[in-house]
Amino acid sequence: MLTDLLGFPPQVLFGQLLLGLINGAFYAVLSLGLAVIFGLLNIVNFAHGALYMLGAFATLGLTQYLGIGYWGALILAPVIVGAIGILAERVLLRRLAGIDHLYGLLLTFGMALVIEGVFVKIFGASGIPYAAPSQLQGGVNLGFMFLPWYRGWVVVASLAVCLATWYLFERTKIGAYLRAGTENPRLLQAFGVNVPLLTTLAYGYGVGLAAFAGVLAAPITQVNPMMGSNLIIVVFAVVVIGGMGSIMGAIITGMSMGVIEGLTKVFWPEASSTVIFLVMAIVLVLRPAGLFGKTA
Amino acid sequence: MKKTFGYLILLALALAAPFVVYPVLLMKLLCFALFASAFNLILGYGGLLSFGHAAFFGGAAYFTGHALKAWGLPTELGILAGTAGAGLLGLAIGLLAIRRQGIYFAMITLAMAQMAYFFFISAPFTGGENGLQGVPRGMALGMFDLSNDRTMYFFVLAICLGGFLLIARAVHSPFGQVLGAIRDNEDRARSLGYDIERYKLLAFVLSATLAGLAGATKTVVFQLASLSDAHWHMSGEVVLMTLLGGLGTIAGPAVGASIIIALQNYLASGPFAAWVPVVLGVIFVTCVLSFRRGVVGELRAFIRRSF
Repeated sequence: MLTDLLGFPPQVLFGQLLLGLINGAFYAVLSLGLAVIFGLLNIVNFAHGALYMLGAFATLGLTQYLGIGYWGALILAPVIVGAIGILAERVLLRRLAGIDHLYGLLLTFGMALVIEGVFVKIFGASGIPYAAPSQLQGGVNLGFMFLPWYRGWVVVASLAVCLATWYLFERTKIGAYLRAGTENPRLLQAFGVNVPLLTTLAYGYGVGLAAFAGVLAAPITQVNPMMGSNLIIVVFAVVVIGGMGSIMGAIITGMSMGVIEGLTKVFWPEASSTVIFLVMAIVLVLRPAGLFGKTA
Repeated sequence: MKKTFGYLILLALALAAPFVVYPVLLMKLLCFALFASAFNLILGYGGLLSFGHAAFFGGAAYFTGHALKAWGLPTELGILAGTAGAGLLGLAIGLLAIRRQGIYFAMITLAMAQMAYFFFISAPFTGGENGLQGVPRGMALGMFDLSNDRTMYFFVLAICLGGFLLIARAVHSPFGQVLGAIRDNEDRARSLGYDIERYKLLAFVLSATLAGLAGATKTVVFQLASLSDAHWHMSGEVVLMTLLGGLGTIAGPAVGASIIIALQNYLASGPFAAWVPVVLGVIFVTCVLSFRRGVVGELRAFIRRSF
């Protein structure tokens, strides 16, 4: 076999490929949320990693204190965290309308510090394990590799949510409003569309996506107050690579960066934590606007 | 005339301070004041938000620590080596980052600094999680023993004053004026024939180099270079210091750094030690929402209104 010729047992290669797909799924969902938020609010949401973490903690809380299992949390956690996001948008972010975009980044950075600081104080810095739902325990042997059901589910669920978001934005009426709001919010308002409401909903949706990724991550990475803080920096690099102009671009870039990272773990393990930053540097040299970016 | 008098009073205070206040705290304050002032050069005067300045501060800390500890260089040369290293790092990151503007610039610097951070974790000379400990302070000019805290203080004061003067000079030079023009209207500055990429890069490298000078000096003071110097929290802290003190003001970053360092120092010994990140976050949010001019900016506006 080809993989044997390369000197790696297929289990290792495909195992890392699967891990890469999972990471790529998280990158895709998170950078998609960032793109949605940036489109309407012109804010780079630094709190995205903290909100992803909140999604995982909401899952933990719903299961432990309310007896709502994983499947309930999959719906409820994004709704709860999305509601928190909507509140934050109305109370805090709304007040930055019309001033330099950089302040939005700084404000959400402050929010991330507060949220993560509070959770570290309460739960400590170590992770809390969360079991995968009983239906998805175990796995199947595909011959060339062992596929744990839960990991397969994460990839499928993320892709489904990504494609649903794409459909929502590109093929529905509300998506047309959202795209119009990205292009020219004042003209859209002049046509009688409630743009402030649309903006709030977009933030809630983007935040909900982050929380959804958090729910999916809970059984994989353990629930940890700092689980989103390093991830968000990688996602920023993914966003720079892809550009924030297109939904499909964010999905494709996210997935492929995950795969590249996974393959790097096989062929050049030392570079696996920095390969995405390297790709970013190369893209900046060759195509500064990003792979799917419009010139800006 | 009035201004010169004010500066003389400040200088007298700085010279007398180590006899009243613990010199190590003062040195920390000076280093971070220089760090924030260097950062202000690129954010306040250049309008570019770098979220990666910890790489220069922490990088210089490691380079200087290694030069002093492993190579046994004299203290001054060690600090110079670290500063030059930070400048080179600044050139590499700057060349990439200036290809984009605004929020992309912030994300790129953050990502590149994170890459530097991973490098520092795994590089053989940085001591990994332990960092470089027991870096020798050595002698200044071969004759002043820096193991004495007060002697060390005057050495640090001289370095930082040099840094502040350079920054003030740069800001008020034609270069600083062009930088301000680029910040306020990039297209206009370009249409006037300025090579704005070159100006931005020069400002970025200068800012990185001086941030490195601060980090290098800090290593000599604490005899320690660690991962926290290069972590993105540090990049966030220097943004906060500058913002709190006042963007684009000469004195603001130093004031902001003093407030944050004093606050951290005060909280660290009390029951709220674990709440420091939350407190910083709350200050961040408050500053952005209702205090964007910072302490010095508000003060200046108040004086203008009143007199």
